[in-house]
Amino acid sequence: MAQAAAHADAQQHPIRLYLVVWVWLFILSACSYLVDYFGLVGYLRWSLILFFMMLKAGLIVAVFMHMAWERLALAYAILAPPLALLVFVGIMVLESNYTLFTRLAYFVVGS
Amino acid sequence: MNEIAPTAVNTGIVRPAGWRGFVADWSSDQRTFKNVSWGKAMMWIFLLSDTFIFGTFLISYMTVRMSTVVPWPNPSEVFALEIGGHHLPLILIAIMTFVLISSSGTMAMAVNFGYRRDRKKTAILMLVTAVLGATFVGMQAFEWSKLIAEGVRPWGNPWGAEQFGSSFFMITGFHGTHVTIGVIFLIIVARKVWRGDFDEGRRGFFTSRKGRYEIVEITGLYWHFVDLVWVFIFALFYLW
Repeated sequence: MAQAAAHADAQQHPIRLYLVVWVWLFILSACSYLVDYFGLVGYLRWSLILFFMMLKAGLIVAVFMHMAWERLALAYAILAPPLALLVFVGIMVLESNYTLFTRLAYFVVGS
Repeated sequence: MNEIAPTAVNTGIVRPAGWRGFVADWSSDQRTFKNVSWGKAMMWIFLLSDTFIFGTFLISYMTVRMSTVVPWPNPSEVFALEIGGHHLPLILIAIMTFVLISSSGTMAMAVNFGYRRDRKKTAILMLVTAVLGATFVGMQAFEWSKLIAEGVRPWGNPWGAEQFGSSFFMITGFHGTHVTIGVIFLIIVARKVWRGDFDEGRRGFFTSRKGRYEIVEITGLYWHFVDLVWVFIFALFYLW
C-alpha cells in the first residue's frame, strides 16, 4: 500500500531526457563564457547573457526540478512570487540613478 | 500501517488539469498542493524564500554598482588566470560552472534511480554529486585566497569601486555556504540510501519516522536550486 502510494507521485522520466538537458546546459554555459571570451560589449553582450541565463534557469527548474510535470497550483505558487523581485529591481534602478546624480552633483571634486 | 505521512497522495481521484485545475486546487478544502507531499511542498516554499534572499543580494549589488562614481573592476580581468603561459579570462569561474552543472546532472539521475529502487546507483550518484560539490567549494576557497592575497577586502580593492569586495564576499560566500550545507545533506541521505533505510522502513534518529525515497528528490530540489542560483551569479556578477 505504502509502496503503491509512494510510486504514484514519483517522477519517472527516461534517463535520456536528463542527459539531453545536461548537454544543453553545457552548451549554453559555453556560449555565455564565449560572450566574455570574445569581449562582446554593450546591449549585445547584456541581451545574450540574460538570454542564456534565462534558458539555463528554465531548463533546470522545468526538467531537473520537475516543475514541468507539477500541477499548476504548485507551479504558480512558486514561480509567480519572484516576479515581485522585478518590481524591486525597477525601484532600485530609479533609486541608484538618483544616488548617482546626487553624488555627481555634490560630491565629485571639480564638478 | 501508518507507513506514509498522513498527507500522502490520494491516487484514485482524477483532477482537472490546466487553469480549471488551478482554480479547483486553490479553492478546495484541506490541501492546495494535491499530489505533492508536505515534504516536497515545504522544500519548494523554503526555496522560494531563499530566492528572495539571493534576489535581494543581487539587487543590492546592482544598486551599489549603478550608483558608484568610481569605475567597477573588470571581472573578466580580476578572475583571469595564467594557465600554461596562456592568459584566460574568467577560466576558473567557467570550470566551476561546469563542475556545478555536472553535479546537477548526476543528482537528477540519482533521483531517477531512487524512484526505481536502485539503491547502489542512487547512493553512488549522490556521492559523485557531493564530490563535485566539494570540488566547487574547494575552487571557491582557492579563488577567495587568491583575491585576498591580491588585496581585495570588503572595504576596498586595488582596481576600483570599494563595493566590489563586499558584494563579492557576501554573494559568493552565501552561495558557498549553501553548497557546503548541500554536500553534508547529500552525504547523510546517500548513507541512508546505501544502508537501505527506505526499503526496511528504518526509523530516523531525529523524527522516529520511516523515510521514503522521495527524500532523494527533495535533496535534489535543494541541490538544483544551488545550481540555479549560480546561474544567476555567473551571469550577473561575473559576466556583466
